[in-house]
Amino acid sequence: MKKSLSMLLAGLMLVGTLAGCGGGETASNDNAGADESSTASGAAFKIGGTSPLTGDAAIYGNAVARGAQIAADEINAEGGIQIELKFEDDENNTEKAVNAYNNLKDWGMQLSLGSVTSKPCEAISTDINTDRIFALTPSASSVATTEGKDNVFQMCFADPNQGTASADYISEQKLGSKIAIIWKNDDVYSTGIHDKFVAEAQAKGLEIVSETTFTDASATDFSVQLNDAKSKGADLIFLPMYYTPASLILTQANSMGYAPKFFGVDGMDGILTVENFDTSLAEGVMLLTPFNADATDDKTVAFVEKYKEEYGEVPNQFAADAYDCIYAYAQALEAAGATPDMSNEELCDAMIEQFTSMTFNGLTGENMTWDTTGAVSKSPKGMVIENGAYVGM
Amino acid sequence: MNKLKKYAASRSGRDTLLSFGIVIVAFVVVQALVLTGSISSSMKGLLVPICAYIIMAVSLNLTVGILGELSLGHAGFMSVGAFSGIVVTTSLADTIPSGVVRLILAIIVGAICAAIAGVIVGVPVLRLKGDYLAIVTLAFGEIIKNIINVLYIGKDASGLHFSILEQKFTLDETGSMIINGPMGVSGVEKLSSFVSGFILILITLFIILNLINSRSGRAIMAVRDNKIAADSIGISTTHYKLMAFVISAAFAGMAGALYAMNYSTITAAKFDFNTSILILVFVVLGGLGNIWGSIIAATLLTLLPELLRAVNSYRMLIYAILLIAMMLFNNSPLKQRILEKRGMKQMEKAERSGKEGA
Repeated sequence: MKKSLSMLLAGLMLVGTLAGCGGGETASNDNAGADESSTASGAAFKIGGTSPLTGDAAIYGNAVARGAQIAADEINAEGGIQIELKFEDDENNTEKAVNAYNNLKDWGMQLSLGSVTSKPCEAISTDINTDRIFALTPSASSVATTEGKDNVFQMCFADPNQGTASADYISEQKLGSKIAIIWKNDDVYSTGIHDKFVAEAQAKGLEIVSETTFTDASATDFSVQLNDAKSKGADLIFLPMYYTPASLILTQANSMGYAPKFFGVDGMDGILTVENFDTSLAEGVMLLTPFNADATDDKTVAFVEKYKEEYGEVPNQFAADAYDCIYAYAQALEAAGATPDMSNEELCDAMIEQFTSMTFNGLTGENMTWDTTGAVSKSPKGMVIENGAYVGM
Repeated sequence: MNKLKKYAASRSGRDTLLSFGIVIVAFVVVQALVLTGSISSSMKGLLVPICAYIIMAVSLNLTVGILGELSLGHAGFMSVGAFSGIVVTTSLADTIPSGVVRLILAIIVGAICAAIAGVIVGVPVLRLKGDYLAIVTLAFGEIIKNIINVLYIGKDASGLHFSILEQKFTLDETGSMIINGPMGVSGVEKLSSFVSGFILILITLFIILNLINSRSGRAIMAVRDNKIAADSIGISTTHYKLMAFVISAAFAGMAGALYAMNYSTITAAKFDFNTSILILVFVVLGGLGNIWGSIIAATLLTLLPELLRAVNSYRMLIYAILLIAMMLFNNSPLKQRILEKRGMKQMEKAERSGKEGA
């Protein structure tokens, strides 16, 4: 009995320490909150986001974190609005995303960058909606992210828009007559684009001869899909996916001597930076992307240079979207006359009002506007890869 | 009081009291913190997943620790429970407005569906032994994941629609998709609460601990310790193996339903091999056959990555090192010595109480 009692006590202690941790955290947060309100003039807006900083989607998560950091540093250096930025790792996992989001809430997040990838963002957007924290996600493009939530906005195109735009583009430019689609059917992003593409292609009278799928587990071998497309005589393959599998498809198509046209969407951006990938294979690949790192306008040049200087690589579209998010926040906060001592509810209402009425010029588009559903309206740019660089079509 | 003392002195009694004690005390403390509002939102967000993982760990312990068969597909049953539970709550949303009733129904249906899956998997799998069994359960876990990955279920005015591989039905304007193939479920109503998780843990503990200490439980352990000997004294090994396996699957289904109702979106990919292994880690770390050990291990290992967020990039490294350290301690002479000492003391105590009794 004595022994069991002591074990029980040990268990109690364990719970006590855990609870202590919890309690400690809130206590420190309360202090932080108090500090903030007392020094409201010099305080910063707390902007937080969850992103896959580790795991297989880390390349996107880190790009977003870096792009946002550059924007925040620039804005802070100007002296006006001050921004404090924090990213928590969500490993591209819905459960971890909710944990990460709750962590950010404890930190005192006032404005959210949602999540980088679609499914985690869907998971936290319900909480974002009930907690009344305004969110502007740089890259979570699925419709379910914003559906039915008045305070979740997107900086990227929603998936359906990309699918429709791609089909329109292909039919307008008469890029292909027989189209094959290879898509990833366990991915919201890929599936969303595919569904709308097929619907729009039918409306435009494009002929789809082959539709094949792959999943996370089978994303290494595409010979079945490519052979299907080849045997049915497809002259254009639509690839609504991220660039890692796309680079494999290009390599494998080349090794089997099949050379159709390839058409990608914004996830394809970054294919020229894949390690051990022969970039000459990407010659002639077409893609729709809102951002072009080779553009010559001052803003893009300055951003790309700064990114290269700090992180040693060319920024992709994710970094640019995140950069725009922070600038859009800065513009909206300024226009609303918001101060860092406002509560997240007040900021949320102010931001909803601003974002539905303002026009924003950023790296990823001119004259962007948002509608009340939270979707952005900007026009994708058609790009083609020539001599290892993007050229506008 | 004397009876209680004697009960507590026995091994099974001590384990039972300890398991319930830990859970109830933890619940009271945490609930007090929640009610006084002195718990951080990240801790609050972890409560339901912890409850679900505890049930998963305790139920897997029945298969791995008590039955002695290594199962690597436990997340598959969790997934069956999660998705069947979601179908129930979503399709009954109009007829039964009460969230609590729907949650209970979802958990019951989740348990039944997972138990059926347990029978289907268990009948062929339990004919195998050791490593082979482990590999086949792994395969079944993946099969369940892949089936749910191609499952389309929608609901409209005329009822539920099912199809496999692609969406072959069209819904009228009032309809909506419940399970949308690989995209899983989105827009789930969050019905789970810490209290429901706590009650579910108590039910799980009550049933599993009673089973272990019953005639059937002893038969299951006899099968684990020596199948031939068990056969020779007339224990139907197939019957008891299947019984333990199916009960374990049913509780995994309950945990799955509880877990799923805590998130607004869920995909089949969540319940993959990694989740099965994670739960197996809880069980092994807590000690095979040790129920309260599973409870503590599941709690600790779910909390740990979150508590380590402060050290950021070193998080995974420290998590791994702590895991290794804990496993080493489990096999170390130090622990052996502590256990031996405890055993000696208990023997002495038993002797003394025996003398007193005489």
